[in-house]
Amino acid sequence: MVWAKVKFPFEKRVKLAQGLWLLSWLATLGGAITFCLGCFLKTELRRRAEVMDNTEIYIVPNTLIIAGMAAMGINYFATRICQDALDATRFPRWKTFLKPYFCCSIFFTTLMLIGVILSYAMKGTLEGSLKVGLKNGIRFYKDTDTPGRCFQKQTIDRLQMEFQCCGNNDYKDWFEVQWISNRYLDFSTKEVKDRIKSNVDGRYLVDGVPFSCCNPSSPRPCIQYKITNNSAHYNYEHQTEELNIFIHGCREALLNYYMGLMNSFGAVVLSVFVLQCTVLASLRYLQTSLEALVGQENTEVETEGYLLEKSISETIMEYLDPVLKLMLLNQVEDGQVKAEAGAAGTSGTAGATTPAT
Amino acid sequence: MAVLKVTFTKTNRDKLAQVLWVLNWVSVITGIILFSLGLFLKVEIQKRRELMSDEIHSVPNMLIAVGLVACGINFLGGKICYECVDMVKFLRWKLLLLPYIICTFFFTFCILVGALMCYTMRNNLEESLFLGLRDAMRYYKDTDTPGRCYIKRTVDLLQIQFQCCGNDGYRDWFQIQWISQRYLDVSSNEVVNRLRSNVEGKYLMDGVPFSCCNLYSPRPCIQQQITNNSAHYNYDYQTEELNLNQKGCRQALLEYYTQIMQSIGLIVLIIWLFELSVLTGVRYLQTSMENVLRLGDPDSESDGWLLENSIAETARYNFNIIKSLGKCYQVDDDPNIDVPSTSQQAQVNVPTRQIPLAS
Repeated sequence: MVWAKVKFPFEKRVKLAQGLWLLSWLATLGGAITFCLGCFLKTELRRRAEVMDNTEIYIVPNTLIIAGMAAMGINYFATRICQDALDATRFPRWKTFLKPYFCCSIFFTTLMLIGVILSYAMKGTLEGSLKVGLKNGIRFYKDTDTPGRCFQKQTIDRLQMEFQCCGNNDYKDWFEVQWISNRYLDFSTKEVKDRIKSNVDGRYLVDGVPFSCCNPSSPRPCIQYKITNNSAHYNYEHQTEELNIFIHGCREALLNYYMGLMNSFGAVVLSVFVLQCTVLASLRYLQTSLEALVGQENTEVETEGYLLEKSISETIMEYLDPVLKLMLLNQVEDGQVKAEAGAAGTSGTAGATTPAT
Repeated sequence: MAVLKVTFTKTNRDKLAQVLWVLNWVSVITGIILFSLGLFLKVEIQKRRELMSDEIHSVPNMLIAVGLVACGINFLGGKICYECVDMVKFLRWKLLLLPYIICTFFFTFCILVGALMCYTMRNNLEESLFLGLRDAMRYYKDTDTPGRCYIKRTVDLLQIQFQCCGNDGYRDWFQIQWISQRYLDVSSNEVVNRLRSNVEGKYLMDGVPFSCCNLYSPRPCIQQQITNNSAHYNYDYQTEELNLNQKGCRQALLEYYTQIMQSIGLIVLIIWLFELSVLTGVRYLQTSMENVLRLGDPDSESDGWLLENSIAETARYNFNIIKSLGKCYQVDDDPNIDVPSTSQQAQVNVPTRQIPLAS
């Protein structure tokens, strides 16, 4: 019982082959676009790799790159098959190629879908990675003399200015970290000594932020020190002041940026996926309708095309049987061994009991 | 004596026409490139119009106009070359070809002028930027004055993007009051003293806005009391180079625009050379087709040249035409016109004959 049967008269077959050729070239272009989107996403993630803790998120661009390259190859072969399709002498040479081709195509097309799903699902991983990365970046901001951490200050400053954000969750994160290095603190002054004594860990904490948190759109010159002290500045109230420094946290800003990128790319890749599925289904129809012509003298008769030779459940069973047999075979062997052992045991005990009588 | 004469067989002429057709279409594309370069330059100048005292419109407008005209001229040229292979169609275009070539020659001259203008724009720009930046810094604090609200943001973003400070250097900020009166506590002693100590009553300080801070500094930015070494620990302002941006914004912007102009100028020069070669090809095609017409046989060989006579003769000929254009309402020596002359010599020269009486 074939599944998804469609009748194809000669003209319809010809139109199918021609339309499929065009569609395959479009799908090749789609594959190239997917590849490019994957590369772009990877470079964007790499640019800010210093504020990310792990590289798990790279699975999304890597999947897109692989799926894009595979799509280009799949669709190129589809165009070649279409070109030979209507020529009865050249089509048979593709026969043995087609079954593994379809298996590969279905695998890589599913990979493309998985890539899209991952781009939505990996938001949590990205957020966690950014949280830890930014926390470390802020902690090591002052260590411009420690090898391996010299450029943290630069990275964080540039990040805050570019994304118009301050701190991890918000600007208050800077109040909990000593971001002024001890090299620039005068330990002989009373003020510094008092501040360090008043802190449990002996850190110099201030209610101030680095200059990169300053908002250029503010109407007044930037207030970066003594932010919570209203009396330290004329005509200033820190609870209502919104324009002085950036109020958004960098984690939120970076997350929005990357999710925006991945969402728009996901939409494009999804449409490429749909195109790819159409190409594969049409190719299958073309193959089956042409195979029905084998042995017939008149090549212009109407033939039937189908997607699956048997129904869905039967096809699945057909593919799973060898796998199951492999697993069951071991079980059968074990069972046989046990049965034999059991038989030997019983015969042994039977043999043992008989001499008693 | 023709200038640069080349003999063309029929196949040569056909090939020349085809090649010129392709080249003309390529020139249409280069015309579009010129247009977009002019547009790009215009947008770049518009982006920073608040920092320039008067905008430089001439160069981008010239490039835009030249680009559009190039598209038109080369489109027409392509059509002409396509049809010139056939003798019949060539006759249609014959009269138009020479004016077309002359127009294109002057037009290529305009492209050259455009390219040269790109290189000479620098001086105007420097003057304009000097005045513009000086005014922008003066109005930095006026974020409540309509028309000047966004100057602070523009200057801050400029200093951050180009990593520069002030007009020539950071000291320019010491001579300007860049903190608005609204944020100065005029009741405090410190503020009153500072205002009194200045002749014009301006609040001047040795401090700079936050946007002058250098990203690459290893220490947190020092923007207040910059020249006071004792105000900061382990700080010497004469040797400290990484704290603030050292470059002046005028120099930074000038370098930026000069780079753009030089690249655009180079591209326009290349396009000029290309247009010149296309023009030469069209001239050869025109002269060889005209010679074929003169010879009468469409398949024969013909000569093509740039100028029929030597340069001096052609110049003299054209000069005479222009002179005679000026005299078109004056009398010339046309023998059919009877001009009564008053000179004695003329009378003597005219022979008088008696009409013989019939006897």
